[in-house]
Amino acid sequence: MRRTLPPDALDTTDRLLINRLQDGVEITTAPFAALATATGLTEEALLARIARLREIGAITRFGPFLDAAAMGGAFCLCAMAVPEDRFEAVMTLVNAHPEVAHNYERQHRLNMWFVLACERPEGIASTAAGIAAETGLTVHLFPKMQEFFIGFRVEA
Amino acid sequence: MNIDATDRRILQATAGGLPLTPHPFAEIARWLDLTEAEVMDRMTRMQTQGVIRRIALAPNHYALGMVANGMSVWDVADDRAAGLGAKVGALPFVSHCYLRPRSLPDWPYNLFAMIHGTSRPEVEAKRGQIARLLGPACRAQDILYSTRILKKTGMRLADGG
Repeated sequence: MRRTLPPDALDTTDRLLINRLQDGVEITTAPFAALATATGLTEEALLARIARLREIGAITRFGPFLDAAAMGGAFCLCAMAVPEDRFEAVMTLVNAHPEVAHNYERQHRLNMWFVLACERPEGIASTAAGIAAETGLTVHLFPKMQEFFIGFRVEA
Repeated sequence: MNIDATDRRILQATAGGLPLTPHPFAEIARWLDLTEAEVMDRMTRMQTQGVIRRIALAPNHYALGMVANGMSVWDVADDRAAGLGAKVGALPFVSHCYLRPRSLPDWPYNLFAMIHGTSRPEVEAKRGQIARLLGPACRAQDILYSTRILKKTGMRLADGG
């Protein structure tokens, strides 16, 4: 997953699609038609490129981004200090929870950072408590108090 | 919850991604035995509600050469944190910026800013820019580089309601 693609893996059109599609498509009967016209591709050719980008790992997915809070639920960033010799076992326990949406290893004493996405706000505390009980480790909770949103996009 | 069982079926069906066909909402409708119009109406409503933020592509930072990804963290005086956080969040290289509670004594930091770059020196230079912007209001700082993605599925919905 950490492998960088060789520079010739993507052509100009691939890069354009990655840049444009990060902003999203509209919900219409033919959501790819306008971009296909703009890039001089047929819809089928455009879709085949998206499928290839996913196959080679240039993109992780193409689909709806959900907001747990708007659904009445909650997100919470959590961190744990996991002993090196238990890291893989703890990772397996943590990742087995469907509420764990992302999990990253980071260089710090707190070396495992994951995001819980729960359909109900009380799910955060109960999932974190479950992980603490299963692993015997302290789960630090960092719920967001304020978000400073900007439209950052990766330039492909 | 402000989504019903049918909304939930739509979100579950598309959790792995939108079907890659010219008429994806018609395809989802076929899967779920709904009409295309109903799928589109429901997804449009969920987007208006904010349940669906957008239907978009998620790039793989690493694959695209953004191999240095650091979570910079800052202990900023509480009375300055909101104002300075907005300035940090507006920097073009910061992808996410949040105020979060400290977890003392282990964790003194309250401002989190994700910095992405093609190399660690590049990320460190950007981190220096944030430090200058925060000035004396910042009492301590650190940066946590990610070394491995352990899971990245996005939010998943349980069955039922």
